Amino acid sequence: MRKACLNTVYELAKDNDKVVFIGSDLGAGTLNEFKQEMPERFFMEGISEQHVIGMSAGIAMEGFIPYVNTIATFLTRRCLEQVIVDLCLHNLSVRLIGNGGGLVYAPLGPTHVAIEDIALMRAIPNMTILVPTDADEMQRLVKQTIDWQGPVYIRVAKGYDPIISNDGVECKIGKAIMMKPLGNVLIIATGVMVHRSLSAAKILESNGLSCGVMNIHTIKPLDEKAILQAASQVDAIVTVEEHTKMGGLGSAVIECLMDNMDNPPKVKRLSLPDQFTDDYGSQDSLLDSFALQPDTIASTIQEWWS
Amino acid sequence: MISENSVTLDQRSLDLRKSAISAIEGGGRGHPGATLSLIEIMRVLYDDVLKFDAEQPDWPQRDRCILSKGHGCLALYTLLADKGFFEKSQLQQFCKTGALLGGHPESKVPGVEASTGALGHGLAIGVGMALATKIKQLNSHIFVVMGDGEINEGAVWESALSAGHHQLDNLVAIIDYNKLQSYGTTKEILDLEPLIPKWQSFGFETCEVDGHNVDALKQCFASLDFNCKKPKAIICHTIKGKGLSFAENNPAWHHKSGMKTEQIQAMYEELS
Repeated sequence: MRKACLNTVYELAKDNDKVVFIGSDLGAGTLNEFKQEMPERFFMEGISEQHVIGMSAGIAMEGFIPYVNTIATFLTRRCLEQVIVDLCLHNLSVRLIGNGGGLVYAPLGPTHVAIEDIALMRAIPNMTILVPTDADEMQRLVKQTIDWQGPVYIRVAKGYDPIISNDGVECKIGKAIMMKPLGNVLIIATGVMVHRSLSAAKILESNGLSCGVMNIHTIKPLDEKAILQAASQVDAIVTVEEHTKMGGLGSAVIECLMDNMDNPPKVKRLSLPDQFTDDYGSQDSLLDSFALQPDTIASTIQEWWS
Repeated sequence: MISENSVTLDQRSLDLRKSAISAIEGGGRGHPGATLSLIEIMRVLYDDVLKFDAEQPDWPQRDRCILSKGHGCLALYTLLADKGFFEKSQLQQFCKTGALLGGHPESKVPGVEASTGALGHGLAIGVGMALATKIKQLNSHIFVVMGDGEINEGAVWESALSAGHHQLDNLVAIIDYNKLQSYGTTKEILDLEPLIPKWQSFGFETCEVDGHNVDALKQCFASLDFNCKKPKAIICHTIKGKGLSFAENNPAWHHKSGMKTEQIQAMYEELS
């Protein structure tokens, strides 16, 4: 997914001389072609995230569109004030590409595990948040960022996740995608939890509970219209996310329902607990332990429903 | 060490101070110490150094001036009003409901390049502008005015490393070195010395100047070499609260609110 994202940035840069790439201290060879072909718009600034964000703001103030890339926790924690003041207060068109969103860096421990990145970014006025579900969707969304006004945070998953998005379905920033038609329960998921939710929905269907699945690739601005329309037709909603319960997709959905419906359907949020990770292993093993794999998502929903 | 004590303020410097005080009077608050420390630096920049068009604040060929120590905004506002970026009457509305001018600069104000106030942000933005104007092959210079307390912030030094690394000879860092931060002296809180060698070691050309001596400031800016492949750092030795005997070097005058008429009157009288 990261490769798809950066390749798309490279393609955008070839077509648009306003595109600038800024990395902190990325892996050797990252975007080598970009560096060779457009050296004046390629910067590897070193391990200095606060500076990188301010610098990207200065470049954007001059009319360029910087794409900034580093590890998600460093991009959202270390330089939060710069993101708020330099980017969002000025509403600048800077794109933040956060590697390893969620539990991707499980073996590296809690300094690298991004469990609250969406909450941090969501709280800031003017910020757009993209959480693509697979590499193809990443490409479709990143292409659109060239014309999107204001700062954007792009959460990048591990990569090599199953391709479940469909080129034939309209994919637009800010527009939810129905992946599976509505049933008794609506599962609203984001990022790599969409394909897990689809698998969970299959299990549930085989047990007699029909579930629709909605893909929220844009957490902010939230597609409230699509959520409210679907919510009015179901008995219950389950949100599924690879993020702490505070301030992520589940929170956004609940806020949307409570703000707009007199009698909203009941809601269950499946998410990471409000705690730092205290184990290593892999993204999958941690998702196992937090009951966020298809079988456990299905059993949790089944139990809750019954 | 350059002495900053010998300067007698001329009429323009006195008038600019009165203008800044009119804003403090209007808003009943402000940062007098930082403002009065900065007046000559901002005066020389806007009178003699910067290319700008007040009718067209976004003129692409302009020089960019970022007041990174945003709490000194009244010095900036005073000069922007003086140059016609907005009406001088706006100064008296300082910090009031519906006012154009608030307690820290915001980019919605004509002539303000970047919103500042949280310290340590301006140099990074300046580096970005310096790089961008080079990409665009503009002959613009980028000036970033920082406070001495402000450069406690580690982010400033990240940006200083970058500026030296990129050989940004179109970038000028200006340090308002009044040696007094909010709690006390810079020496007792977080000593910056040796300051000149610090900037030099980050790849900057440096010069030291009495930050209240208008002629010396002009000379310093005129001597800058914008083709030397090095960013510049100008260390301006200043006095916090310069021009008001009771405010000079007095930490109590870092910020004032709820100011009484007699305090305002005393400020005007000292400048008459």
